[in-house]
Amino acid sequence: MYAQMIKSEATQDDPEKLAAFQARIDAGEKIEPKDWMPEGYRKTLIRQIGQHAHSEIVGQLPEGNWITRAPTLERKAILLAKVQDEAGHGLYLYCAAETLGVSRDEITEMLLDGRMKYSSIFNYPTLNWADIGAVGWLVDGAAIMNQVPLQRTSFGPYSRAMIRICKEESFHQRQGYDAIRKMAEGTPEQKKMAQDALNRLWYPSLMMFGPSDKDSVHSAQSMKWKIKMNTNDELRQKFVDQTVPQAEYLGLTVPDENLKWNEERGHYDYTDPDWSEFFDVIQGNGPCNVDRLADRNKAWDDGAWVRDGLLAHAKKKAARQHAAE
Amino acid sequence: MKNEWPLWEIFIRGQHGMSHRHVGSLHAPDAEMAIKNARDVYTRRNEGVSIWVVEANHISASSPSDKGPLYEPSESKVYRHPTFFDIPEEVGAM
Ligand SMILES: [Fe+2]
Ligand SMILES: [Fe+2]
Repeated sequence: MYAQMIKSEATQDDPEKLAAFQARIDAGEKIEPKDWMPEGYRKTLIRQIGQHAHSEIVGQLPEGNWITRAPTLERKAILLAKVQDEAGHGLYLYCAAETLGVSRDEITEMLLDGRMKYSSIFNYPTLNWADIGAVGWLVDGAAIMNQVPLQRTSFGPYSRAMIRICKEESFHQRQGYDAIRKMAEGTPEQKKMAQDALNRLWYPSLMMFGPSDKDSVHSAQSMKWKIKMNTNDELRQKFVDQTVPQAEYLGLTVPDENLKWNEERGHYDYTDPDWSEFFDVIQGNGPCNVDRLADRNKAWDDGAWVRDGLLAHAKKKAARQHAAE
Repeated sequence: MKNEWPLWEIFIRGQHGMSHRHVGSLHAPDAEMAIKNARDVYTRRNEGVSIWVVEANHISASSPSDKGPLYEPSESKVYRHPTFFDIPEEVGAM
């Protein structure tokens, strides 16, 4: 998902405190920043919320790529609003992570030097306008699948951030579907572009949910702590079941020969993505990994004088005020 | 940490007549910028008619471990609730 392969940290805490903590979670209570929590819970959450925040921020890049080239002024305004929302999502989540004792600069630097990851999906390029439609439809669609259950996560600030985010996501998915529908219903050439976007983005979207459950060894503890609410395969299946009819409505073909409705299971059977590609992208070898990190680093470095200047100005102003009083 | 902008807690009055409510936090160099940023981060969809910002380190909070001593005394004073008293039906609404 936006947070993939988060390894639960081992916990070496007083068993009595641990049991009381688990009982609070089992009872559906929210854990707040000042409450006692196991070190492993705190560390795992910093990693998970941080990766989620980084994904929101880096996720602006593939879409920002098309703001100046949107086909109409209206589409441009919509895309701008959507990308601005993603910046907001990043900020809500960074603040949630900071309540766990990591500073904004620390967590930013961990992204910039590669110690922390962001979702694999944003290492794929957006080659043309059809991709922007497909990203809203599929990528935000997949994100929603994961974020909706996370509204019930045990950590209060994370849950509240998710509630805000979910309120805004439906606009994202709908504007994407609307944009790709325009193309699917357009000229044969436009329809071809829409199909091509689906072909390229289908499997990377399935990868967003993380490795298959049988290879996903770190889930159990996170699920017990209610910081992971569903298994990867559960959510992936849900996404496939929801998306296939949407593609059919557009007259587009999901690029999977084995895709078919399984009456018995009440779900679509589908082909898993190529996991070796997924691990390769996570390792830094996707088509855009280098560009994305370079862009984030450049933005951080180029913005340094603004951050420093505004802070210096604020300090000076405060000192002057102090002197006048 | 060296040169980080301070953290501000953001409170928004959603509608006229309502109290300001805590909605989240953000970093800003000063109060003026905090209000501007809060406008962009927390009121993109008409969520507010007024914004308060407070620097986070100026907020004092009760400690979670004081929960018992702080709130227990009110639990035993059931007579503070109107439902504690039976009023005869004949008396009418009260
Ligand atoms: Fe988002
Ligand atoms: Fe989104």
